[in-house]
Amino acid sequence: MGQILLVGRLASRDLRRRPAQTLLLLLVITAAMATLTLGLVLHGVTSKPYQQTRVATAGPDVVASSVGFTGQSNRSSAAASFTALADAPGVIAHSGPYPVAWPVLRADGITADAMAEGRDPARAPVDQPEVIQGTWVRGDGVVMERAFAAALGVHVGDHVTLDGRRFPVIGIAVTAAIPVFSQVCFYGGCSGPPGKPLSFDTGLVWVTQATAHSLASPGNPLTYYLNLRLSDPAAAPAFAAEHQPPPGPGPAPLTAWQSLQDAAGTLVAQEQQVLVPASWLLALLAVASVAVVAGGRMAEQEKRVGLLKAAGGTPPLAAAVLLAEHLVIAIVAAGAGLAAGWLAAPLLTSPGASLVGSPSAPPLTWPNIVLVTAVAITVAGASTLVPALRAARISTVAALAGTARPPRRRQWLIKFSARLPVPLLLGLRLVTRQPRRFLLSTASFTVTATTIVAVLIYHATINTDARLSGPFAGAPDPGNARVSEVLLVITIVMIILAAANAIFTTWATVLDARRFSAIVRAIGATPQQMFAGLVAAQLLPALIGAVLGIPAGEALYAAVQNGGLHGSPPAWWLLAMIAAILLTVTVLTAIPARLGGRVPVAEILQAEFA
Amino acid sequence: MNDTSEPVLRARGLCKFYGKDESLVRAVDGIDLDVAAGETLAVMGPSGCGKSTLLHLLGGLDRPSAGEIRLAGERLDQMGERALARLRRSAVGFVFQAFHLMDELTAAENVELPMLLDGRSPRAARRRAQDLLTQVGLTDRATFLPAALSGGQRQRVAVARALANEPLIVLADEPTGNLDSAATLEMLRLFESLHAAGQTLVIVTHDARIAATADRLISMRDGAFADETRLTGGNTGRLADLAGLDG
Repeated sequence: MGQILLVGRLASRDLRRRPAQTLLLLLVITAAMATLTLGLVLHGVTSKPYQQTRVATAGPDVVASSVGFTGQSNRSSAAASFTALADAPGVIAHSGPYPVAWPVLRADGITADAMAEGRDPARAPVDQPEVIQGTWVRGDGVVMERAFAAALGVHVGDHVTLDGRRFPVIGIAVTAAIPVFSQVCFYGGCSGPPGKPLSFDTGLVWVTQATAHSLASPGNPLTYYLNLRLSDPAAAPAFAAEHQPPPGPGPAPLTAWQSLQDAAGTLVAQEQQVLVPASWLLALLAVASVAVVAGGRMAEQEKRVGLLKAAGGTPPLAAAVLLAEHLVIAIVAAGAGLAAGWLAAPLLTSPGASLVGSPSAPPLTWPNIVLVTAVAITVAGASTLVPALRAARISTVAALAGTARPPRRRQWLIKFSARLPVPLLLGLRLVTRQPRRFLLSTASFTVTATTIVAVLIYHATINTDARLSGPFAGAPDPGNARVSEVLLVITIVMIILAAANAIFTTWATVLDARRFSAIVRAIGATPQQMFAGLVAAQLLPALIGAVLGIPAGEALYAAVQNGGLHGSPPAWWLLAMIAAILLTVTVLTAIPARLGGRVPVAEILQAEFA
Repeated sequence: MNDTSEPVLRARGLCKFYGKDESLVRAVDGIDLDVAAGETLAVMGPSGCGKSTLLHLLGGLDRPSAGEIRLAGERLDQMGERALARLRRSAVGFVFQAFHLMDELTAAENVELPMLLDGRSPRAARRRAQDLLTQVGLTDRATFLPAALSGGQRQRVAVARALANEPLIVLADEPTGNLDSAATLEMLRLFESLHAAGQTLVIVTHDARIAATADRLISMRDGAFADETRLTGGNTGRLADLAGLDG
């Protein structure tokens, strides 16, 4: 008990003695854990808005469409199957079948494929879209689905054209019967004139049935949608499966509401797809941060460890103090990360304009809490273990004399560096002294560059997609905008963490290099040469990390994207990224290097001997 | 030694203070000093009397609070950090009590370092390092790391490093403070050979046996010179006897 008290006291005093370092570590681990929490809790959070929309719009349990039924005989067959479906056991109400035309919509210079559903001005018993603004269909007016209208920047009172015909926009509405924009075509399918490539970003509008009929042509015929209400909504998937026609070409014509609910989660699923790998990368950065700080503290704390041992502390006690400090930080950071992730989740889980209502706070389950805490403890434990074991092993006399950590020697690097200009010579020799820190620093920069490259590839892919689509690019995909926002936040967090890492590393290097610096300055190196040497020592891992990040970013993007379009960022983007990393590192190194250079040589040399 | 020649090193009214008001410490307090070319000057005094601080000031490792220092006619006290560093590199050699060698560099690599900093080619630096190590009797230890050398050997490497760029003056701060008698004797012989070769030396020491080998001995107390004695000088070959060491 006494020993636990002692460890706690020593650990807490040491943490309080270094508030800035402790706070930075806390921030680093918290950021990683918050991202992990977000990735874990996002699953299923949009179900509530979909349910609210379903209630508000008398949403159907099953939607049947005749997309894929082409030709006169097939259309007759579809009509017959609709009649059979409406009379099928378990169906208690239906609306439709409604005619759907597939015109090209133009609004404010943007061209998009549209699904124009012909509806009655009267209220339907099943799927009556909720009008958010303006009025429901009448005359020659068009009611636009809210997310589609938002993507096009269209408002009530504006005009759009459908296949060249001008219509006023009289209303904005939402529905639970058609997948959220831009997922319209992924359930139930889409249609269009033969030979015209189909856009995946088709949007929904409502018109009168007469207008829908007028928009159809022999080359671009109407399809029909039937909305069914079942006595047992939970049995909708079974009903859809039972009445699905035999497998053939084209999409499945029956869609259960559960699939539509899943579609509503697509936007969040895309964010989740980004957040989960990002959280692991951030955790790696956190490992590097804690390892550098723990290692750096060892350099500072050798005498403290020696004193502890000299006063009767056992080797495990010396190790336990160091471990305890970082475990406390890890547990606090896990709590803060869980809270931050939980609170930030609603910001990322907005259901989008296609649904009404807002998501509830995501569930913070015990498995998630345990997982996040375990990851935080593992991060701190794994990165502190080596310095802690070293603290336990070093000889008391050596620790007291400050000779417990002799610098490493790399013969070939020392020989090679002799041929280089003085700043590089000094930088390379500094790197050689602490190879573990060099590797951690390189890993940190590699992770950051990997993320940046993956983000650049994402944007290049969007650009390529837009270029390939040309005039059929359609309305901007709200999913892209949301993923871009998430990526921007992650990139900023990652850059901040990498910057913190660079400061930790430089600070630890400056502390370790005090004697080295004092000696070379005593024998004639100028402060500028020493400063340039310290900068070079940081630029080397930054350069290697930035270069390694290019193929690693490609691999990360390919893994997350799992196939599909893969754009290539222009070479100048990548060169600019490398230049920006090197410039940032130079600036970040300047502060600790300058502060380190201010200590008079004589003072350091005297202290070394004292 | 020629008293009428321009001194290599000159200090006038040299002061170094720490703290202020009641806690003011006068580490060096108004020292005037001339060191002639080829002269060996020993500075003695009790611990804390300001010997090492004086040495650091003379070598440009620290800045004086007042007074002036001239090395080969150039004002050190008015130089910027960069100019001071260049001056240390080319005109001053330091030997420290704690050796201050780079632990990860071999003896030869330690000696090469000032020359590489001075822009000499690696090959030329290596050749001169070998010559210097031969001069200090460590030819066969050139590839040894400091940890594998005895205290005396480490200090001889430090002397070789101090001589690397052929300095005008070598400043030695308690060079035998960490050495046993045998190693002290080795150092005495080394300084003797440097003296014979015309190297200007300022040696700060506690050890009367080392001081006895100098041309001139200055005693310090409370930051000021208390006494100055001109010794025999030029007692080549009898240093160990004079110092009372076995040899």
